[in-house]
Amino acid sequence: MNREHIIEAIEDIIHTIAPDEDLTGMDPDVRMREQIELDSMDFLDIVMELRKRYGVRVPEEDYKELATMNGCVTYLTPQLAEKELKLSV
Amino acid sequence: MPSADRFDTIVIGAGMSGLAAGIRLATFDQRVLILERHSLWGGLNSFYKRAGRRLDVGLHALTNYMHPRSPGAKARPLARVLRQLRIPFADLQLGVQSQSAIAFPETRLAFGNDFSLLRGEISESFPDQLQGLDRLTSDIESYPTLSPAGGALQAREVLAGYFSDPLLIEMLLLPICYYGSPTPDDLGWAQFIVLFKSLYEEGFARPRGGVKTILDALRGRYLELGGVLRMRAGVERIQHDGKRATGVVLDDGEVLEADCILSSAGAVETRALCGQEPDRDREHQDTGQLSFVESISILDQPSAALGNPDTIVFFNSSERLVYDVPEGPIDLRSGVICCPDNYAGQEEGMPGSLRLTLLANPGLWNGFDDDEYEAQKASALVEGMAAIQPFAGDVRGHEVFTDTFTPRTIQKFTGHLNGAVYGSPNKRFDGRTTFDGLFLCGTDQGYLGIVGAMLSGVAMANQHALAASGQFR
Repeated sequence: MNREHIIEAIEDIIHTIAPDEDLTGMDPDVRMREQIELDSMDFLDIVMELRKRYGVRVPEEDYKELATMNGCVTYLTPQLAEKELKLSV
Repeated sequence: MPSADRFDTIVIGAGMSGLAAGIRLATFDQRVLILERHSLWGGLNSFYKRAGRRLDVGLHALTNYMHPRSPGAKARPLARVLRQLRIPFADLQLGVQSQSAIAFPETRLAFGNDFSLLRGEISESFPDQLQGLDRLTSDIESYPTLSPAGGALQAREVLAGYFSDPLLIEMLLLPICYYGSPTPDDLGWAQFIVLFKSLYEEGFARPRGGVKTILDALRGRYLELGGVLRMRAGVERIQHDGKRATGVVLDDGEVLEADCILSSAGAVETRALCGQEPDRDREHQDTGQLSFVESISILDQPSAALGNPDTIVFFNSSERLVYDVPEGPIDLRSGVICCPDNYAGQEEGMPGSLRLTLLANPGLWNGFDDDEYEAQKASALVEGMAAIQPFAGDVRGHEVFTDTFTPRTIQKFTGHLNGAVYGSPNKRFDGRTTFDGLFLCGTDQGYLGIVGAMLSGVAMANQHALAASGQFR
């Protein structure tokens, strides 16, 4: 997956967790929780979906790396580079 | 060694909390089994059939109602629990209340799904108390709705700091006690706040088709995710090695093992399933004593045509709140009158109906022999219908069908001692028991109402069952 795929992967996960959130126009450098309504339970679901879909394990001390979309891309690029994008139906 | 009968998690009870817990676990690919002794799902919020009619057991209202597009709704419990369960709001098919009322002998306060109605009513009947109300709503605004921590404060003593008129305190407490207090006359401050928000600031709705609509949404989601649900499969005991729970033994002797067990059976009931020596004082303290008799009357006309335009009327026939275990079988001095056909958007051809809920003494109801039991049920209905006259339109003579259930009925079908619908006075907010791998969810864990029950299952599944497998936190 390249950068665009990773963004698509994260957006698809968020869409699964919170289908009514509008993700267009999100600033990739601003914390996602400031732009869309995600509480701590929802945030953990992102981590769990990453594990479920891509086998990526994010240890708790690294959660802060996933706060912004660009943070997700930076953190996940090495781990997802060889993986195929999987979208929910 | 994995075997066919080994599960990641076993959930005891297919009520709102058990089904919600099951959904969370199945979402993240756990092998999960829900066991239910009864032939129907729902537990304390279930349904049954009499004479071809489907009737709800627990549901007067889904509290915590907020339309998802209203301001602030996404941070409120209903939206949050639906996100966790990944169930679309529309699937609950919720219809909103007309309006409801708190009726005392000389004073009546209307309230609805818009808080300004209640505020306006209070400013009219209690003009000098309005400042206190505004201070209260502002103080509790930032209170965390999802962590109903314990704390020793009781609601009455705190409310006295906001309101100088004792009547307003009694009136505000009436619906709150009836919709969730496990203790007589008062409740914990944290629980008061949760209920104040869910009843007055959020609101009431009913799923089209009754409680089964929500239950089927939960059950359908759970099964679709590959969860296993076994009905008529009662747990006879929980197996443990003295330190850790390891599995369950069913009524028919079948043994099932699991890494984690979530029990919605109740705190005392779960201890008994573990074969722990009963400690009389502790059992007494931990067993809920408050239960209800409820009669459901199907009417030949819509409720509004019979003088009952309100959705729910909470009545109290003295200046002081009556909410305690009655000396006799029932207490006629307070109660709840609910007319489900006054919710918007209900099923086609839904008849008028009136549900009357009165406090009941579980010990007396459990002690009656069969003849006495039937006679008491019949007289509870007659006396109850007479007692509500000052507060509601008279529907007597318009009943085409009635059914009454009691604390005994609730205990029989749910296994909850005393039919105590709000469970133990001592909640276990962390869900922990004396055994590792065994946790409580549901009414004795501490969240309230239908949304609260679902949240309980979600929270306990997240914190304990997913955590145990390293999938969460």
